[in-house]
Amino acid sequence: MKKTIITVVGKDTIGIIAKVCTYLAGNKINILDISQTIVGGFFNMMMIVDMSTTEKQFEEVSHELAQIGEEIGVVIKCQREEIFDMMHRL
Amino acid sequence: MINFREVAETNEMIEKENLDVRTITMGISLLDCIDPDLAKLNENIENKITSLAKDLVKVGNEIGVEFGIPIVNKRISVTPIALIGGAACKSPEDFATIARTLDNTAKKLGVNFIGGYSALVSKGSTPADINLIKSIPEALSTTDFVCSSINLASTKTGINMDAVRLMGEVIKETAERTKERDSIGCSKLVVICNAPDDNPFMAGAFHGVTEADAIINVGVSGPGVVKYALSKVRDADFKELCDTIKKTAFKVTRVGELVANEASKRLNVPFGIVDLSLAPTPAIGDSVADILEEIGLEYAGAPGTTAALAMLNDQVKKGGVMASSYVGGLSGAFIPVSEDQGMINAVEAGALTIEKLEAMTCVCSVGLDMIAIPGKTKASTISGIIADEMALGMVNQKTTAVRVIPVVGKDVGDNAEFGGLLGHAPIMSVNNFDCERFINRHGRIPAPIHSFKN
Repeated sequence: MKKTIITVVGKDTIGIIAKVCTYLAGNKINILDISQTIVGGFFNMMMIVDMSTTEKQFEEVSHELAQIGEEIGVVIKCQREEIFDMMHRL
Repeated sequence: MINFREVAETNEMIEKENLDVRTITMGISLLDCIDPDLAKLNENIENKITSLAKDLVKVGNEIGVEFGIPIVNKRISVTPIALIGGAACKSPEDFATIARTLDNTAKKLGVNFIGGYSALVSKGSTPADINLIKSIPEALSTTDFVCSSINLASTKTGINMDAVRLMGEVIKETAERTKERDSIGCSKLVVICNAPDDNPFMAGAFHGVTEADAIINVGVSGPGVVKYALSKVRDADFKELCDTIKKTAFKVTRVGELVANEASKRLNVPFGIVDLSLAPTPAIGDSVADILEEIGLEYAGAPGTTAALAMLNDQVKKGGVMASSYVGGLSGAFIPVSEDQGMINAVEAGALTIEKLEAMTCVCSVGLDMIAIPGKTKASTISGIIADEMALGMVNQKTTAVRVIPVVGKDVGDNAEFGGLLGHAPIMSVNNFDCERFINRHGRIPAPIHSFKN
């Protein structure tokens, strides 16, 4: 399993989750966990996904998600889980 | 499982507090390139470096994208060239051809510095060492990415004062040969005491002869992250202050460890060390001086600075050492002037002098670094500054270094502009009382005794 963390931050609008999930489904990326809050009109979402089934390269997915983010006015970041594990777990 | 808060904390460090991996440096041994024929030697060097480091930049960038952490520099260090060129180079001009080969290879591979145009002369110099040292002005004025370092002293051997004298002259000549660009050649030239074999940071990086054929060393950064963490414990006592620095250093270093392991795996080159460093850049908020201010000083250089820096340096090491399986290099807080906006502000406010910086180098990594001084400063005065700094390293069993830039045509009150990561610097005043008779003595200062500590 290649666990990846996707974060989406920005002004709340209709269909953010739908857009991201449609992209992930279309590229065979399975969602393992999802959490989302809205603080002061700002949309915050974190997803844990498995990238091992997608045929696309990490860089491609990361770039395309960032582009979707631009289209709907949010910032979408895609990072492998290890950086958070290393930093926050002994 | 990782939670929201942890993800947000990491990303805030990266996006708002300038957390980055400062450099992935591939150390490459050139010992098997040695050949008595100069053309063949240059060819061997280019081939060896290219074959090992051809994917360094690509892999660095890939890792950066996948983990979402900027990897600012991809660099190469090589075996000290005085050892490699000794058989083929009969003159300083011969050595300079190797510098140009290194520069061309670096440009071809897309790395931004290549270190190791070096000689290790802490006890004595061979004819090859002398030729390399004399070639430095030409080497650094005809290349862009080559960095040169000369180890002039060590705790075990003492100080090679003949080389100290020579380096004063070489620094002056390098400044003269690059005067059109504020003597920028000197920003790529450093003299060191107790130089480590595995330092990933320029200008002092070289691949020591104690090292394997190739190695990946990583330098982390993160002064902005430490400063931000400390801003949340502003009125805390020293215990909490120290704990906060340690925890932050641990997190920063873990990122370095991760990147080092990934780079090593993907390049199929063994992991050497992580350098536990606080390396500033000219960017606002990426400053070691700002941390000192956050701890409670009006400016870096105010009374208390040496104590605050000693504490900071020690906590960075204590926090970082558990985060990495192998620690090495220079490990500590760097205090370059031109590369740290807080230091520049301190100089401009009149709070920070060369003498105070010298005291600060006793308790942190590495030395008098990126300090612009008047172009009219005498070579013997520069040698005197070097001798003092070498003595601090020798007696205190630590690495110290001098990278000063006598900016031709400029004086106190002027500014030198180096651009990019090298930054800009106000010209600092130098104590010009004469030391020529001391510097002109021949021979070396013996190694110090390590008993009767007083």
